Formats: sequence, C-alpha cells, structure tokens
Amino acid sequence: GIMAMPGLPPAGTRLREGPGAPGGVQTGTTIMAATYDGGVILGADSRTSSGTYIANRTADKITQLSDRIYICRSGSAADTQAISAYVQHYLNQHKMETGEDVDVEAGANIVMQMAYGNKDRLSAGMIVAGWDMHEGGSVWAVPMGGTLLRQPVTAGGSGSIYISGWIDKFWKPGMTKEECKAFVVKAISLAMSRDGSSGGCIRIITINKEGSTKEFLPGNQVPLHHDELKQPAAESTAMEVA
Amino acid sequence: ESNLGRRKEGGKEEKGVARVGNMSSVGTGYDLSASTFSPDGRVFQINYALKAVENSSTSVALRVKDGVILGAEKLVISKMISPESGRRVHMVDHGIGVAISGFVADARQLVARCQEEAFSYRDIFGSTIPVRVLAQRMANYMQVYTLYSYVRPFGASILIAGVDEENHQPQVFQVEPTGITVGCFGAAIGKGRQSAKTEMEKLDLANLTCEEAVKELAKIIHTIHDDIKDKNFILELGWVSPQSNYKYERVPRELVAQAEKAAKEALGDLSDMEEEDI
Repeated sequence: GIMAMPGLPPAGTRLREGPGAPGGVQTGTTIMAATYDGGVILGADSRTSSGTYIANRTADKITQLSDRIYICRSGSAADTQAISAYVQHYLNQHKMETGEDVDVEAGANIVMQMAYGNKDRLSAGMIVAGWDMHEGGSVWAVPMGGTLLRQPVTAGGSGSIYISGWIDKFWKPGMTKEECKAFVVKAISLAMSRDGSSGGCIRIITINKEGSTKEFLPGNQVPLHHDELKQPAAESTAMEVA
Repeated sequence: ESNLGRRKEGGKEEKGVARVGNMSSVGTGYDLSASTFSPDGRVFQINYALKAVENSSTSVALRVKDGVILGAEKLVISKMISPESGRRVHMVDHGIGVAISGFVADARQLVARCQEEAFSYRDIFGSTIPVRVLAQRMANYMQVYTLYSYVRPFGASILIAGVDEENHQPQVFQVEPTGITVGCFGAAIGKGRQSAKTEMEKLDLANLTCEEAVKELAKIIHTIHDDIKDKNFILELGWVSPQSNYKYERVPRELVAQAEKAAKEALGDLSDMEEEDI
C-alpha cells in the first residue's frame, strides 16, 4: 500500500487518470496479458511506488477471481483490491447459480460494471484474463473509465506506454506456451528498464485447460537491456527464461 | 376429535377436506391463508392456485432435436375481440420464449419478471441467461408468494423454452405456482394437459425436427381442444429453431397455416373412422 510520507501528496489525494490529463499521473506498474495457443499468460512487475519511495518492491499485482480467471491490477491498490474482492464474491455466487465454471467474459463484464458505475470515484486500470470451455483463453482490458475491450494481447500501467510499439511488432497469434511466456517476460523487462515506476521482480501466471500456474522471476534474473548493472548471481529458482 | 371435516377418499382419510357433491375438494379451516399448513401437510392455497391453472386453456412446449416449440390454445370468447390481443406466447430474450396458462393477469407479471431477469443477467454478465438459470430464478420468485398470508400465490404456470447460446442445447422448463421447476422434453399445462401428454408420449421427440414438431404440436392442440365446452380458438405458435437462427420468433404464418390444415385433416380422418365403426 501507499503510506503518507513527507514530500508526498497528502494521503487520500485522488491521482487523476492518464499521463496526458492535466496534473495527472498513472500509478507505477507494468501489467500485461497475452493469449497463446491453448490459454493465456499474465505478467506484472512488482513495484509499488509513491513518488520516489518504493513502498513495496515485491508486490503481487495479479489476483485470482476464480479457478481460471485472474486480474492484473494497476492504479490505486485500495480501489483494485476492493473491486477484486467484490468480483470474487459475485463470481462465486454465479458459479453456484449456473453450476458451471464461470466464463472469463462474465468476470470481465462484472469488473467493467464496477469500474464504469463508480468511474468518478475510482482510479483503477485492470486486465481480466483466463480460460473457459466456451472461448478458450481470452484477455479483456478494463482501463480507467470502465471501457471493456477484448483483445488478443494488451498491456496496462505507466510502463505499458514504453512497450506498446514493441508489442504491436512482436506479438503473433498461435504462439506456444513457452514462446508466449518469454514474450511477456521480455516485454515487462523492457518496460521496467525505462519506467521508473516499474521494477523489482516479474510475476507470471499461465492459465489453460489444466488450470493455473503461478511463477516468479526474481529481480536479479530479469533480462537487462541497456547496460544496467548486473546483479550478483543467487540460488536458482523454479523459472527458466528463454 | 369430531368427524367434521373428515371424509374418506378411496380408503384414505384426508383431514380438513370435504367434498361438496362432485365439485373439487374444499379444505375446512386450513385453507384460509398461504401461511397455514393443514394437518396432513398441505398448504391448500397452493393447491387452489394450481386449480386455477387447471381450469384455463392449454399451453404446450416441445423440446426436439434442433430447437424448441411453444404453443397455446387461445380461446376466443368473443368475435369482437381483436385476435392479436391476449398473447399467450411471449419473447423474454433473444433465444427464449415463454407460454402461459392460468390467470392471464398474474401470468403477465411473470412474463415481465422473466424479461427483467434476462435483461439484468445480460447487463451484469454480458451474455444470454441460460434457460435453466432463468427457470430456477422464476421458481424461486414464485415460491416467495407461497410463504405469507398477505399475498396469494400466482394463479399461473409458465413454460420457458429456449436454446442455450453456447452449445445450441434446446431446453424446456415448466414452472408452477408451487415454486417448483422441472425440465422437460414435452410439457403441457392447463385443462387439456393430460390428453396433451398422452399425445406427446407417442412422439419420438428427440428425433423430431422443428418443422415436424410444429405440425405435431398443432395436431396435439387441435386434438385436445374441447369443441363442445369451448368455442373457437386461435393457435399461437412460437419457436427457437435453425430456421429462425436460434432466435425466438412466432412461427411463420404459412407454416402455422399448413400445420393447422394438416391437423384438421388428420382429425377429420379420425372422425370419419369413428362414423364407420358405428
């Protein structure tokens, strides 16, 4: 969470949406989700910053909404956590009522209803992604303001602007799971290397018919791009990066 | 305990039930409100609500191989009434229709509620309400009206029929004033329901197409219609079929006309046969 510190805007000040808005700043994050042949990969950095202070360098910005639906959160941590809690609850009820696993579209729609219905009070840019038996893998962007847009690949947060062009150029449909994972890792690491508000570690979630898998790439193993100082080697982790 | 209010019915004693001549049974004292059980575990108000449905004209729904058909026997009580009015088969969502029997005024409210539920589901979840979810919601809604003394149960039953969007699976559900819903291959409500069910059981519903089913349904309704007690009727038909792109539509007029003609001919043949026997 963001704590009140000297030199920072007073606690409770609403940060206005969009880098272009007058006086507005998007809270530091890079989040993204991409479809591949058989499912989706979600990725996020792990930095929560307030101005120059990094409040949490190992944040988990990807939250589970149901068995095979996850949400990437950017903007106000409080707002996105509150939305996530509501949506988890509604999706659970929905699953009871239909007797089936919830479609990603349903989860995304509920997120959109909350975002749009409270647009004047929220600061939340989210990406809902997952797998269901009707559509397979799908990615739904819910940016600030409450638009709902299904896309094959999308990124959000302050770091996303630095990689939009790169994603357009290098994403292709029908990638394998490993190709897509490497794609997401590279994209987020590129954003982290340019956006001061994004950094730390990379968290990756893979969702497909079999279920969901959470993985973690520690900070010293994040790919480097611009002569950054290399970190000392540490113990190996579960995740291999192509 | 006195024997007041007790009658033996076929050997089985029923408490609180008196038979007045050949008329339907009347509960003595335990039937004044829906919040009262009778000693033998009934809520008579619900039974009476079902009676209201039994006394009204018939509605039928068929679940067949590639879709669903809804039909209603709309009795014409006066030639002065516009034939379009008093709709018995309604659309509640793109791919779901509802047929009604019983108190038309009560049934109208149920149809409106179906439409609201379907709309709000789409609003919240972004997709079409599955037919089974709608049926269960309507059952839950109707059940509430069986709990309190200051309301009465709905005097109407509905048949909800549709084709689920994602898997093109046809579904038919019957929802009653009791608050029960049951999924059916063939459903009938109203005065002719027993005869209609007898006719339906002769059909191989799982292998009928919608076009064939329209003819069968027309025949069923013409068969069960009581020419003596009731006067003319209009056959209202709706379907969700491949021909309608799995959207709820009134069955096209030409098809209805063909189906009715075939039905009348089939019945005409039968009555000829009866005369020969005599």
